[in-house]
Amino acid sequence: MIDVTINGKKQPCEEGLTIVELLDSLGMNSRAIAVEINQEIQPRDTHSHVKVKDGDVLEIVTLVGGG
Amino acid sequence: MTDSISEEPSQALDSSTGLDEFCIAGHKFQSRLILGSGKYDSFEVMRESFEVAETECVTIAVRREKLHDSSGRNILDFVDPSRLVLLPNTAGCYDADTAVRCAKMGREILRGLENSGADWVKLEVLGDSRSLLPDPIELLKATEVLVKDGFQVLCYSSDDPIVARRLKDAGATSVMPAGSPIGSGLGVINRNSLQIILEDLKQGDPDYPVIIDAGVGTASDVAIAMELGFDGVLLNTAVARAADPIRMAEAMKYGVRAGRLAFQSGRIPQSRYASASSPEVGVISKRQQ
Repeated sequence: MIDVTINGKKQPCEEGLTIVELLDSLGMNSRAIAVEINQEIQPRDTHSHVKVKDGDVLEIVTLVGGG
Repeated sequence: MTDSISEEPSQALDSSTGLDEFCIAGHKFQSRLILGSGKYDSFEVMRESFEVAETECVTIAVRREKLHDSSGRNILDFVDPSRLVLLPNTAGCYDADTAVRCAKMGREILRGLENSGADWVKLEVLGDSRSLLPDPIELLKATEVLVKDGFQVLCYSSDDPIVARRLKDAGATSVMPAGSPIGSGLGVINRNSLQIILEDLKQGDPDYPVIIDAGVGTASDVAIAMELGFDGVLLNTAVARAADPIRMAEAMKYGVRAGRLAFQSGRIPQSRYASASSPEVGVISKRQQ
């Protein structure tokens, strides 16, 4: 297991997961999200091959109501 | 004394409404009303408000996905990205770096949805949480970075004419001064500064879009802004928190139209004294003038 921080919360994560696999395991794989790792945006077409590493800080965001 | 700046309407009028098209960042809209999607009591009321207002563009915010969402409902179930152009904002960002990251995340989501609003952003970089007024230094920095990155940047700005000019010079697609603080309902409180901004930004560039963003309380505020010569109005709270949001959405639609038509019509000059509407000759009264 490795440790990653997702949306400000540190949590254990299986080693070697791609972004898609991580999102699936979190139940977050929707069309309306964007992912940032260590403050770098991860384009959607990279999610199936970019792997999450120990110590990564992820932001997983969606759209909400706002002005 | 005149209350509006001079501008010849340059676009074709819609024969049914008498209104001209609103062009911004490559989008063409019939409506000049941009609505926010926050603070509604329900998604259903929000959706109906958008329909009644006949808006074609709504703002949305980017926030962390909740690890456990009890309702499971997403705003996109109520806002059809194929019918409405979404304008993502960077609300809640207090420095240029965070605002730039937020803008990129919004773009990434909208690209995935194939929404035509993907390359634009309503850039908010706030100075403090009490006034929610922009930090002009960070705002300018973020504008420069985002313009370089290919964004169409619509800047939520204060009513400072110098800042407005600097934002335009930095490549902002539109400058959007606040009529008054966000959510305050105070309307247009510094008409003079706003008129200077309009004159400055439209000097030699009459089609440059300038939008009033924030502060609207009711329909007359919208009409006043449009009469001054603003190209559009962006508002949220005045509809979402009205006792009857759907009816207020309709009022805002008419406020925008009334104000735009009045602006295009060329208002009469203001005068300290009266000017009779009825003929002054042939009066039966013997009273001296």
